[in-house]
Amino acid sequence: MNKTTKSNLITYGIVIGAYIIVEILMLTGNLSSHLKGLLVPMTYYAVIAVALNLCVGILGELSIGHCGFMCIGAFSSAFFSRATENAIPTVPRFILAFIIGIAFAALFGFLIGIPVLRLKGDYLAIVTLAFGEIIKNVINALYIGIDGKGFHFTMKSSMDLGMEPDGDIIVNGAMGITGTPHNSSFTVGIIVLLIALFIVQNLVNSRDGRAIMAIRDNYIAAESTGINVTSYKMMAFTISAAIAGAAGVLFSHNITTLTASSQYFGFNASIMILVYVVLGGIGNIRGSVIAACILYLLPELLRGFNTYRMLIYSIVLIVMMIVNWSPKVIEWRKKTFGRINLPWRRAKEVA
Amino acid sequence: MSFLTYLINGLSLGSIYAIIALGYTMVYGIAKMLNFAHGDFIMVGCYIIFSVSAAMSGNSVVGIIVAIILCTLLGVTTEFVAYRPLRGAASPLAVLITAIGVSYLLENIALLIYGADIKSFSSVISWEGLSFADGQLKIQGVTIITILVSVVILIALQLFINKTKQGQAMLAASEDKGAATLMGINVNRTIALTFAIGSALAAIAGALLCSAYPSLSPYTGAMPGIKAFVAAVLGGIGSIPGAMIGGLVLGIVEILSKTYISSQLSDAIVFGILVVVLLVKPTGILGKVIQEKV
Repeated sequence: MNKTTKSNLITYGIVIGAYIIVEILMLTGNLSSHLKGLLVPMTYYAVIAVALNLCVGILGELSIGHCGFMCIGAFSSAFFSRATENAIPTVPRFILAFIIGIAFAALFGFLIGIPVLRLKGDYLAIVTLAFGEIIKNVINALYIGIDGKGFHFTMKSSMDLGMEPDGDIIVNGAMGITGTPHNSSFTVGIIVLLIALFIVQNLVNSRDGRAIMAIRDNYIAAESTGINVTSYKMMAFTISAAIAGAAGVLFSHNITTLTASSQYFGFNASIMILVYVVLGGIGNIRGSVIAACILYLLPELLRGFNTYRMLIYSIVLIVMMIVNWSPKVIEWRKKTFGRINLPWRRAKEVA
Repeated sequence: MSFLTYLINGLSLGSIYAIIALGYTMVYGIAKMLNFAHGDFIMVGCYIIFSVSAAMSGNSVVGIIVAIILCTLLGVTTEFVAYRPLRGAASPLAVLITAIGVSYLLENIALLIYGADIKSFSSVISWEGLSFADGQLKIQGVTIITILVSVVILIALQLFINKTKQGQAMLAASEDKGAATLMGINVNRTIALTFAIGSALAAIAGALLCSAYPSLSPYTGAMPGIKAFVAAVLGGIGSIPGAMIGGLVLGIVEILSKTYISSQLSDAIVFGILVVVLLVKPTGILGKVIQEKV
């Protein structure tokens, strides 16, 4: 068994092991209902952290609007589930909801990618941020209803829909979508996480993945060896958006009232996921999953920590960046710890 | 007549964006980094004015001066502690993520000190304003002063950059850091000076912004900050007149789209402009095309 296969299997092993432990705890009744409620969010945050790490760590482009893709996945799938709630049985409907959520997020990822991926670094970050805000704004102004005559659509107010009295308003502007069936469960979340990990890890170790990483490390050199920079960037970005969409489907089917609020889909939410990625190690997929789970559970379990959580996260973000990237600190570290083979040093040399 | 009122309001908002955008564009031009925390310097400035004015029983002039001094110090300190160590880092993402961290840090400190509730900010300008055509066209004092202040700042900055030695050093450092160092320019100090000017401008922008839109929360600066960056990109990043033009265009578009299209969609329209500009002319209106060399 070669090294990468081993490493990949360890990642799956950790996820499956954690799943089994949680299931045993649940069966023996050792899990409080508060903790049970945290399990599904934990999985979708892990999924979106994997998606963002693909974009930041593997592709090397900072996206701070990834929650926008999550938002698209959440709303398109919740809309589908609400519209067909009585027409299709639960299991195929939920699978179709996943397909629709992922497809929409991927489509938007592709469309956004066309202008965005021509840019680099700071521009790309700000455009993804802008895009996240646009999505939120548009959804907050969106009204879609259904009645005997079919679908009604407007961007003004729910009164402008011109619905029949028996009609059903599905998307109600800033009030969002209410009554999406609660189909997400911890098991589904873990399956989605495993699939996301499978896709990303296999991509990273494929020919395409190496091309993507070559673009990250030096795009001029990559281009001159015949790698099609734009198409590979698009590929990675679209896959990343699609996985974020899957996280959105989990999200929307776990919540009664889905609104495009800043709390879940705003800039701050995107930054929180970036914190997961940075703390787990940029480019380290397994690290993202572990960091997302721990950082999500920690503040929920430690009361009182919540007030200072964001403060601590921001300081950690700054300190991590300086310790890991500052040329002077790296030099100092080499002098001081030169002979000790620390894991992050090895990772740096590989990078 | 109402159109004219909206246009003037747009100009006023645009002037605020322009002042913020000047800070962005100068820092970007020289340090080649997006200071994500710039918008939050505005918020810090507003809170300082708010607190000092309250302590001095409503004397806002002292508040503004204190805010400018403290924001300048904050800008220089941030640059020294957080950004300078990362100059020359292997990945350009490092300094960007740090800047996001600083932005987040400032917002959360404000949140801990002042709480999340929105404070009402009393305007620093007490002038009622002018009234034309028998009161049909009213222009508020804040609006006029905002536009005047931005014009004064623009002229002063242009003179500073083109006529003084320090300004020339900034231009040189923005063109080629290595060559500037060889010519005896202290690049680190020049960058610190740029941050100082940018942060002082942020404090002024904060005073004007909160006088025109008197609600203050820890997130007050975030959205205007991002929009000002859009303005800087629109005008051509690194260009001072560009930032001014970009800011004015953005302010007018925002107010007009709020009035005539939809108040909910105005942000989406403003950001839509950014996407279009980057597609059509990525260097902005007055930007220079820079060829990348291997």
